Amino acid sequence: MSPTPFRAADSTSINNIGKAVRVEGRIISREDIFVDGQVEGSIESPESKVTIGPNGRVKATLSAREVVIIGAVQGDVTASDKVDIRKDAQLEGNIASARISIEDGAIFKGSIDIRKPEPKPSPVAPPQPVAASAPVAAPAPPIVVNPPAAAAPAIKR
Amino acid sequence: MTTPTIRNSRGLEQFFGNIRDVVGLNILDMAGANQENINFLTNLGHKLYASDLVRSIDDTFGSDLAEQNSAPRIEHFLQANFNYLPDSFDGAILWDGLQFMTPALLAATVDRLHMIMRPGGYILAFFSANEKMSEVPAYTFRLVDAKSISVTERGVRPAGQVFNNRNLEKTFARFESIKFFLTRENLREVIVRR
Repeated sequence: MSPTPFRAADSTSINNIGKAVRVEGRIISREDIFVDGQVEGSIESPESKVTIGPNGRVKATLSAREVVIIGAVQGDVTASDKVDIRKDAQLEGNIASARISIEDGAIFKGSIDIRKPEPKPSPVAPPQPVAASAPVAAPAPPIVVNPPAAAAPAIKR
Repeated sequence: MTTPTIRNSRGLEQFFGNIRDVVGLNILDMAGANQENINFLTNLGHKLYASDLVRSIDDTFGSDLAEQNSAPRIEHFLQANFNYLPDSFDGAILWDGLQFMTPALLAATVDRLHMIMRPGGYILAFFSANEKMSEVPAYTFRLVDAKSISVTERGVRPAGQVFNNRNLEKTFARFESIKFFLTRENLREVIVRR
């Protein structure tokens, strides 16, 4: 019998961490992740969505395009698009996101920092040939895209 | 739960009047996180720190007011809710949570607030103006705009102590100033400047 051919997961697949699973460490994904088990460490999915399911118990930093919390999370949450905290969810940690949605009944303790997305840089003009006799311009000073933010209140651990 | 009513709040108006035209402030909101408050405060350009003061009182001390005199529990409560560096906040909206504290817990909480508020920062807090009731109505508050709030009654709770203008002035004696507004619900809205 020939072996079953391996098929790579398509781009819409979801990585599922079931409720009987416990993970310690760093999870990095380019696809959506659904966590209904326990995770300690960090979850990073910058281009996709991370969902903490109703049975999910997470002590980790979450970083994703979108984060949906239905279960319990202890840790900071960063989302480039949206954080969605559902009814009965519990989140203890700081949120940095472009948008946030929180349903009545959710328990949240921490800070909320709304970060509007950076405007996309305008296309760079194609380089022009420099005339042989033209003086070479001095290099422009570097542009600081993300200046350091003012110090925020630190939570004493 | 009763139907929410929307009413003007002189205290809120003063609070936001004092921080008008400034963005990027750190505001502590002890109503528990809700969409209305998050939207309102973040749309003004402020960073919001949220916690549910009344829930935390219940979680830490239970329903027995005598437990609020326990020093280790008070310390645990402060760690859980006010564990910030000195001068962290420009504003704090405490709603009606302080009125459910006994003198020992209230004194410790106000001391901590004095530490974490920046000089010139404002605190908004509500206290029952009825000095004879041992139980006072508790409310859920939501921000509607800079002058009005949505108020929903959520039953009654034992008052931690009796609050009148005199003992509120004593409670906040270390602060620069205190101002009172009386509301239709027999609440004192109190603005305190650090």
